[in-house]
Amino acid sequence: MVTLWPNKSGNLFGAEASKGPMTFAQQEGSMVSLRFAATLAAVGLFASGVVFAEDAKPNDAQIAHIAYTAGKIDIEAADQAKQKSKNKEVLAFAADMERDHKAVNEKALALVKKLGVTPEDNDTSKSLSKQAADKRAELAKLNGKAFDKAYIDNEVAYHKAVDSALQNTLIPDASNAELKDLLTTGLKIFQGHEQHAEHVAAEFK
Amino acid sequence: MLGALILVITTGVVRAETIQVKMEKLGFVPPEITAHVGDTIEWVNSDFVVHTATARDGSWDVLIPVNAKKTVVLKAEGTVDYYCKFHPNMTGKILVSK
Repeated sequence: MVTLWPNKSGNLFGAEASKGPMTFAQQEGSMVSLRFAATLAAVGLFASGVVFAEDAKPNDAQIAHIAYTAGKIDIEAADQAKQKSKNKEVLAFAADMERDHKAVNEKALALVKKLGVTPEDNDTSKSLSKQAADKRAELAKLNGKAFDKAYIDNEVAYHKAVDSALQNTLIPDASNAELKDLLTTGLKIFQGHEQHAEHVAAEFK
Repeated sequence: MLGALILVITTGVVRAETIQVKMEKLGFVPPEITAHVGDTIEWVNSDFVVHTATARDGSWDVLIPVNAKKTVVLKAEGTVDYYCKFHPNMTGKILVSK
């Protein structure tokens, strides 16, 4: 299991997390009992193959985890593009994605800290991470223009899937007003990325 | 001072204005403004991501970092549509008259 949170101590938020009621290890152990996991009945399958839970009702701790994970995945995709691509447009796009998603995730980390919420891993986050790892492995085999096209096409599809999940599930289900607000701003940023990716993708048609 | 005043009066020059446009929650606020040639547009980015104000006709392209202000002086009349290159869903319009 890959730890999704940027912390060397192994806890979600280091000293902060250790004050909370559950450690990361305890959370992992209780995963199967989660209401969210139990109600994970219907899933949405998008063009990218990215699967989001659609009718489950995640709580704020899970929503925060899903949103952060979705951002982290796109930062990793940008890292791969920076290593493999030589195309100026693709490299600029990857740098934009890395900068924006890092900014959103920093805001998310600051907010959960302020709210005293410990982000909670869940099946949607796990599924997203697994699919992203598969996609990275697939892209790793490609080079040159084939890589550039596959990366940017996936960026279009991935942002579509994330935007749809934010709009239909994560924003409506978020109960804290500040979390809802950050997700709403995040959605506008990612809709911008979707359009930006479409513009870059048009050059590879 | 007096000389400058006389110059303004005699040439009929109207003092150029600075018009502020905020960038907040992925929008230009207000999205549409009217201005005159010689006016300055000042964009203020209060979002937590970097934006641009990029004229579609290529006449200007300004990068506005987080919590920063940047300006452009309008040099020609006409309608300028502009957007943010990083978030093309952010669009604005400036109607520039003489």
